[in-house]
Amino acid sequence: MTRDIAVVAFAQSDTLRSTEEVSEVEMLMPVLHDVLAQTGLKTADIGFTCSGSCDYLAGRAFSFTLALDGVGAWPPISESHVETDGAWALYEAWTKLLSGDADTALVYSYGKSSPGSLRDVLTRQLDPYYVAPLWPDSVALAALQAQALIDAGDTDERELAAIGARSRSTDNPRAQLKGPVPQGDYLVRPLRTGDCPPIGDGAAAVVLAAGERARALCERPAWIRGIDHRIEAHSLGVRDLTDSPSTRLAAERAGVFERPVDTAELHAPFSSQEVVLRKALRLDDSTRVNPSGGALAANPMMAAGLARIGEAAARIHRGESDRALAHATSGPCLQQNLVAVLEGDPR
Amino acid sequence: MSKEPVAVVGIGQTKHVAARRDVSIAGLVREAAVRALDDAELTWADVDAVVIGKAPDFFEGVMMPELYLADALGAVGKPMLRVHTAGSVGGSTALVAANLVAARVHSTVLTLAFEKQSESNAMWGLSLPIPFQQPLLAGAGGFFAPHVRAYMRRTGAPDTVGSLVAYKDRRNALKNPYAHLHEHDITLEKVQASPMLWDPIRYSETCPSSDGACAMVLTDRAGAARAPRPPAWMLGGAMRSEPTLFAGKDAVSPQAGKDCAADVYRQAGIADPRRDIDAVEMYVPFSWYEPMWLENLGFADEGEGWKLTEAGVTELDGDLPVNMSGGVLSTNPIGASGMIRFAEAALQARGQAGEHQVEGARRVLGHAYGGGSQFFSMWLVGSEPPDA
Repeated sequence: MTRDIAVVAFAQSDTLRSTEEVSEVEMLMPVLHDVLAQTGLKTADIGFTCSGSCDYLAGRAFSFTLALDGVGAWPPISESHVETDGAWALYEAWTKLLSGDADTALVYSYGKSSPGSLRDVLTRQLDPYYVAPLWPDSVALAALQAQALIDAGDTDERELAAIGARSRSTDNPRAQLKGPVPQGDYLVRPLRTGDCPPIGDGAAAVVLAAGERARALCERPAWIRGIDHRIEAHSLGVRDLTDSPSTRLAAERAGVFERPVDTAELHAPFSSQEVVLRKALRLDDSTRVNPSGGALAANPMMAAGLARIGEAAARIHRGESDRALAHATSGPCLQQNLVAVLEGDPR
Repeated sequence: MSKEPVAVVGIGQTKHVAARRDVSIAGLVREAAVRALDDAELTWADVDAVVIGKAPDFFEGVMMPELYLADALGAVGKPMLRVHTAGSVGGSTALVAANLVAARVHSTVLTLAFEKQSESNAMWGLSLPIPFQQPLLAGAGGFFAPHVRAYMRRTGAPDTVGSLVAYKDRRNALKNPYAHLHEHDITLEKVQASPMLWDPIRYSETCPSSDGACAMVLTDRAGAARAPRPPAWMLGGAMRSEPTLFAGKDAVSPQAGKDCAADVYRQAGIADPRRDIDAVEMYVPFSWYEPMWLENLGFADEGEGWKLTEAGVTELDGDLPVNMSGGVLSTNPIGASGMIRFAEAALQARGQAGEHQVEGARRVLGHAYGGGSQFFSMWLVGSEPPDA
């Protein structure tokens, strides 16, 4: 790698079950102000801006164009957008900084799940001819994966319950679900409510900077030592749901296995998916997994993956981690996965 | 720090038509991708990453279709990135892909953009009402017609200019086997006699709704050296965005478009675009946008764009040919339209454009825009590599 690039600031909104009183832009604005204030940068100082969101959550086309008005794109800015979780927007921004076209980047993402029925909405991202017409919902698909894991002897319901409980014991003030949460009734067997993420609206933003610029903007930048993402086949019938080869390959490419990580922020919306990811990433008990609570404590669609990178970076900023892993996922049953390795300067 | 030069070594597109009922979305995109790979004489195994773009998901009714398309595009086990920047997306997608090569993240990238508009209804996809916000007025034409009027009033352009553009582009399309509209009996009189849709925009001055896909294989210097046919080299590329609606916006000639072009020219060392650029594929969904963009892109002084059109400068055999392929006016799979402009520019620079080839085209501009004239993406490609 020819250029060092770091996450120098992270901000996020509270994740709330319903935000009827605010528009997406109103939800996003305080987060943008927060992340820029942390660096002292203004919109006009930013070299490249990239965002992630999804029209299907907002229920209308071009929903991201109004967020751009909120950014304050005047004079005109160099800007792009991915129709995916903001983690992939961060990846695009990272390549932009890597090529030398910009020294700083603003990355943000947001999603409101409350206007629709999320379980139904997510069925629309399945194969439109053979699968989507059957409306298999996201919890049912995750339950298939969980059952496959149990059948393979990789986990049991007690371990899954413990993952849910640990995730919600976080002291993260931004978490939507905190404190003792009962494992609850079955939602779709073998998943109980405690194994499933809360449905929430939220936004996240980070600032990236290259080289000396990063050191000037942040006392202890979270250097991106590697970042990679991979996709798997779409059809669940051709995948081994108990494994995540795309996560493993992305981790290899990002350099995860070169040295141990002390922290891992995993985007695992279902407790069973943490089991899959731990195996693919070869994480043992020496790594602290999801101190933020992860997606089981707050899962704002399109922002939860970016928030994992932000949470991992923030721990490095605060001196609570020296080498952290961050993971984001997209698609049913962990179809697409992104892995980043972040490091702080030696203390 | 130096960037890796980016070469276009493969280009493929589908024959664009109103409805491809014979293929699924996956079948459609695969057709374009296979043609691009064949052109580059590469296989799926040679592709390091896939970057895919399209306009709103509501146009097909599939949320994040890249997930479902991973298999069809040979992306399994590879990075796949999805871009969405409204109508400019085809261009932006190519630029994001190019940056992966320029940053030396990947050597060979397949980039593709598509729209299968027959799966849904773009008019409805664009007309979802939002409380307290102005909806797009009866599709894109309703939104853009007032800006065309403003241009006419501002420049004193005679009301015949729009029909000249449409007549030219539809004739150019006859030379392009992939173009959607092949109107063999087109005459200027027919264009002028077509029904008025959104005054001053007539039916024959608007783009069709198409199903189609366009793909390119982008690679580094080593990849270009192995290419079987001449590559097109990227000499400059940029994106710019500005807000949709605000009091200071010039909807006739947006600042973001000017800034974007200036950035591309700076990268490519273009001092005088009118002299230094041989041909232009620009995003003209309504005929009047040709003279408007000629000014916005610096090919004519303010108020003078229509004079170039009227004088025949932009004809296929003119001094500055514009939309040799027939343009968006003849083919409009929305999400792919920007990439088709970029790909046509590359075809011209490679000397591979067949019947609509501009003789001696060495530096060609590809242009795309989207939203309420707020998103811009452009690249300049040439037959020679950029200076080392």
